[in-house]
Amino acid sequence: MAHPSSYQPSTGIERWLDARLPIMRVMHDQFMVFPTPRNLNYWWTFGGILTFMLVAQIATGVVLAMHYVPTEDGAFDSVEKIMRDVNWGWLLRYAHAVGASMFFVAVYIHTFRGLYYGSYKAPREVLWILGVLILMLMIATAFMGYSLPWGQMSFWAVTVITNLFSSLDAVIPGLGTQLVEWIWGGFAVGGPTLNRLYSLHYLFPFLIAGVVALHIWALHIPGNNNPTGIDVKSPKETVPFHPYYTMKDGFALLVFILVFAAVVFYAPNFVGHPDNYIPANPLQTPPHIVPEWYFLPFYAILRAIPNKLFGVAALMASITILFFVPWLDTSKVRSTRYRPIYKWFFWAFVLTCLALGYLGSQPPDGWYLVFGRIFTLYYFAFFLVVMPVVGLVEKPRGLPGSITEPVLGPEQAKGRRAPPFWPAAPVRHGQ
Amino acid sequence: MATHETPFDPTLSPDDGEPTRRDVILIAAGGFAAIGAGAALWPLLDQMNPDASALSLATTEVDISHVEAGQALTVMWRGKPIFIRHRTDQEIAKAKDFSVDDLIDPLARNANLPEDAPASDDNRAAKDREPWLVMIGICTHLGCIPKGQAVGDYKGEFGGWFCPCHGSQYDTAGRVRIGPAPQNLAIPPYSFLSDQKIKIG
Repeated sequence: MAHPSSYQPSTGIERWLDARLPIMRVMHDQFMVFPTPRNLNYWWTFGGILTFMLVAQIATGVVLAMHYVPTEDGAFDSVEKIMRDVNWGWLLRYAHAVGASMFFVAVYIHTFRGLYYGSYKAPREVLWILGVLILMLMIATAFMGYSLPWGQMSFWAVTVITNLFSSLDAVIPGLGTQLVEWIWGGFAVGGPTLNRLYSLHYLFPFLIAGVVALHIWALHIPGNNNPTGIDVKSPKETVPFHPYYTMKDGFALLVFILVFAAVVFYAPNFVGHPDNYIPANPLQTPPHIVPEWYFLPFYAILRAIPNKLFGVAALMASITILFFVPWLDTSKVRSTRYRPIYKWFFWAFVLTCLALGYLGSQPPDGWYLVFGRIFTLYYFAFFLVVMPVVGLVEKPRGLPGSITEPVLGPEQAKGRRAPPFWPAAPVRHGQ
Repeated sequence: MATHETPFDPTLSPDDGEPTRRDVILIAAGGFAAIGAGAALWPLLDQMNPDASALSLATTEVDISHVEAGQALTVMWRGKPIFIRHRTDQEIAKAKDFSVDDLIDPLARNANLPEDAPASDDNRAAKDREPWLVMIGICTHLGCIPKGQAVGDYKGEFGGWFCPCHGSQYDTAGRVRIGPAPQNLAIPPYSFLSDQKIKIG
């Protein structure tokens, strides 16, 4: 949040740089002393984890690109060459492939955290919108990256997803076909398609990095939300980002990396599909096409709708609806902690997303289809009905007077000594 | 603004509210810049369209002399599989035995016929060679390759083709009978060069 700069250039060279490009001042003010609510829990550590994952994906990706061959004939073999011949190639590729999954684990937790604690509400709407934009860029990047090994799943995932655009033929005849051939660079998915997906897969992470910079900028204007969802009322309710949250984020990151490493070393193909170790064959569709796990809920929504155009529209809407969340939620209270009715709908929504994920991996018939439709209905109803209506009819629980009160008790207001682990002076608030 | 130091040019900024010479220059310059930017953008977008080498693979010739009734052949044309089926008499009868009005897609989707031709069996099968069916073997839903070409394949309830991806089913004339596919299998431009040879494209 906005606070006066406390940067003191201590050497001549720092003063010289500070007068020309105050980058050290920005780093100091925004990442060292930045006032951060003292009550952030571990769900707040995923922003740092995501930053790490982006850097890790770019680092492993850039070196993999030194060995990968983006041609119809060379792609599959070059990936196998990376696995067998390139020094540490197996590690780099598994870290990159598993890294994509871990990236999505983190981003989904981060998104649900924002939903639960109302982090999208004023004044953080732009912050939220930039986050949704990052999510969409991540989805596009992951999809393009998955095509590159040019196995059966790669090829048919590209075929099915690019064909989604042909549904526009139902709006303007010929438009969809024209668009799809433009995307393919031919009359079917082939070498030109692979080559351009590779080019864009290299570009998009840097677009993500750019939007991440904006995301952090937009975060540092209002400052962090916190588990109570109420505003920071005094500087006493904050601690400097360093060392308090560099340590907390760092610890969470280590635990996250531990899980990441466990998957890379012990189950690197756990989330992969064995069919992707069969080279792409345009004449043979695998009996059961499934996307990567992190797309399964969206895939289930696509298949729940029996009409091609509306199925695609529902798929698109399931993500773009997130942009409107700040205005769909009518509640005056940010944190779901203090929303006794909404809480139940929220957890039902989490369950719905998990259920759609399971249904997306199953064949679209019989009961799977019935449940797919029920959960798809609730997915949209959560945003379009629950958020506006519950916000209006619900009577929230009483909010605490300050973000420290639920922990330290109201007697703090009377000026009692803070517990010894609290480094700050006695907290005064509510005045 | 005009001052004593700068000579006043009334065509640049008169006070009567009419468009001035400066407005015209600004709009014209902005317009040319926009057109120029658009023209410069076009090669960046159009380069993604199918290139000359993709377009040059426009035709392919297929020998069908060894395809007996009840058999099928798959060949590649423009990177797409082409289904060629030599239908049996029962399959033809099955394809004729219902009303075109009941179809999901009532159009023939035959590149050799007018766009509004109805999806009757005559309009789907090869001209004057009723047993032969030549189609692009790509499901019109999301582009999977339907099953039904090989002898042991499941061909769906209508004896034609079955798409394993999302369960679309096609009849023995390649018309969609059970969704989600929105259209009948497309028929490419083709002609019989002789009884043994088809030219596709």
